[in-house]
Amino acid sequence: MIRGVARNGWALGLLALLLLLLIVTRIIQPGFGASGLDSLARAALPFAFAAVGMGIVVIAGGIDLSIASIMAVAGVTAAVLMQGAGDAMAVPIMAFVLLVGAAMGALNGLLIVLTRVPDIVVTLAMLFVWEGVALLILNAPGGAATPWLRQVIVGSVALPGVPPEVTAWLPKSFVVLIACVFIVWLPLRRSRLGLSIYAIGSDQNAAFRSGVPVRTTRVAAYALAGLFAALGGLSITLSTGIGEPIPGPYLLASVAAVVLGGIALTGGVGGLVAPIIAVFILRLVRLDLTLLSVDPNVTTIVEGAIMVAVVMAGGLLMMRGKR
Amino acid sequence: MATTASTTPALARAGQVLRDNPVVPLILLLAALVGLLEILQPGIFNERWAGNTIRFAIPLAMLAACQTLTMLTGGIDLSAGMVATISAFVMATMTPLVGAPAAIALALLPAVLIGVVNGFGVGICRVHPLIMTLGTGLIGTGCLQVYQRYVIATGSEIPALFEWLGTGRTYGTPNALVLFVPFAALILWGQRRTGFGRLLYALGSNEHATRLSGVRAWQVQLALYTLSGLIAGLTGLLYVGIIRAPSLSLANSLMLPSVAAAVIGGTSIFGGRGSYSGTIVGAVILTVLGTLLTLLQIPEGGRRILFGAIILVVTALYVRIIDQD
Repeated sequence: MIRGVARNGWALGLLALLLLLLIVTRIIQPGFGASGLDSLARAALPFAFAAVGMGIVVIAGGIDLSIASIMAVAGVTAAVLMQGAGDAMAVPIMAFVLLVGAAMGALNGLLIVLTRVPDIVVTLAMLFVWEGVALLILNAPGGAATPWLRQVIVGSVALPGVPPEVTAWLPKSFVVLIACVFIVWLPLRRSRLGLSIYAIGSDQNAAFRSGVPVRTTRVAAYALAGLFAALGGLSITLSTGIGEPIPGPYLLASVAAVVLGGIALTGGVGGLVAPIIAVFILRLVRLDLTLLSVDPNVTTIVEGAIMVAVVMAGGLLMMRGKR
Repeated sequence: MATTASTTPALARAGQVLRDNPVVPLILLLAALVGLLEILQPGIFNERWAGNTIRFAIPLAMLAACQTLTMLTGGIDLSAGMVATISAFVMATMTPLVGAPAAIALALLPAVLIGVVNGFGVGICRVHPLIMTLGTGLIGTGCLQVYQRYVIATGSEIPALFEWLGTGRTYGTPNALVLFVPFAALILWGQRRTGFGRLLYALGSNEHATRLSGVRAWQVQLALYTLSGLIAGLTGLLYVGIIRAPSLSLANSLMLPSVAAAVIGGTSIFGGRGSYSGTIVGAVILTVLGTLLTLLQIPEGGRRILFGAIILVVTALYVRIIDQD
């Protein structure tokens, strides 16, 4: 009960921080409005999917270092398939990419379960493997995205009966993010599988003795992470219009968001709402720095330093918790 | 007990041999690879080719020293490739401005700094080394890009010393050995004979027990990651002498093979087991493998998959061996 309040308190605190940052942004750039919110939500989309995927694996007591590479594979697969394909083919292609993503994640999980090598080592090796696969599919940035699908994440939602001035503040990409996460995660969390994921994360032996299928659950958690990584890769391809075989900085960003979002790296604790808020906070910091006309490379340094500082603070907090 | 010994599975027996002297099977593997190369392209194996292979294996082996040392404690240093690149770039751009000796000192400064930050994060904040070094590598990339814009007009020059080390030959053997032989001897001696070396093994085998025996783990880790940064910086200086063209991604291509070289060389990624001698042979094997892959025209993507698979398969084999103890 107390833990539940504390967990919500963490998310609420983050939400307050996010609002504060939004106000700061508004002060720096008085013109920051609906369109700014839209581009922020679109930029945050791949990061948010990566953080959600990573969050599920970390809750299950693992870590997926290959998440950025899986995103790259999904992104280039979508870009290659969509190039030249008709509008009607876009939906089956998307379904195929998501399936491939889940399969890649499941393979990660299977290798961990079968070889009994720690998660961190297996996914490190798979980071290189998936990176190679992405390069084999597409050697240089290229491909294309189906135009109408791009419109799904650009602009704001039009709701019947609500004046456009109000809906302009609700970016489509944000709605897509919330829909994807909640369609998959909410029912799952209430299900037996969701409970098992939390169980193997908090104490694997206890979970095993209570009859939780530890191996199956672990594979499922990694498959889910792969699915969300594929969603992230798709969103990169859709927002840029091309496929990029070199993975972006999504691994570190997702770990930082997970830590900032209050998921313990030891597993078993946390939800997925707070990491998503954390992603928006990290993106907003970057946006503010850009608005203050800081050199983009300096922004990268600051952003990297913030992420490292978050992870370090998380480590210190974890130590204190153990004592 | 004799009956149990006779029923020992072949894998465990092979593992026993591999663990007692990992260099022997590795040299056999190396010989097999060279033989395969000779069959694919008759006449390739000569003195010149061997010299070139050694020349390119040396920076890889040096960078793999970072991985070997950090892996002994159960860590890893993923910032090593970036550190090497930074050092090389700083030295090459600073030489025209301040002269070679000062440039070399300036180049090793960021390397040590990144090492100290890594050591601070891993030793004191207890962040997983993988995440910590990945993060500092990312920050380093950003810093290098900012730095690059300030020196874009100065041009670059590689000190004669490193050009001599990188490209020169004496009696048919590459000059880089002048740097590498004492380096390797120092690392091997440090690993086996010094207190610091023993502490690395101790921390990797059982960190808790080591702490309880009164070792201040954070001091060891701080020193270790600083040393790793310094080695990576030195590697960068040598590597730019070989390549002779500083760039913003100079040594990044060595990063993945350096991890693979340490793993192939018998260093356990979980800590507590391994030796630098195996890593050196591992680096030579990977260089020969690289030639083989080029000969077979395997694209870059295929190489990465292969290196990833090597790390996974070798580690999985080690886990099996440990389980059967």
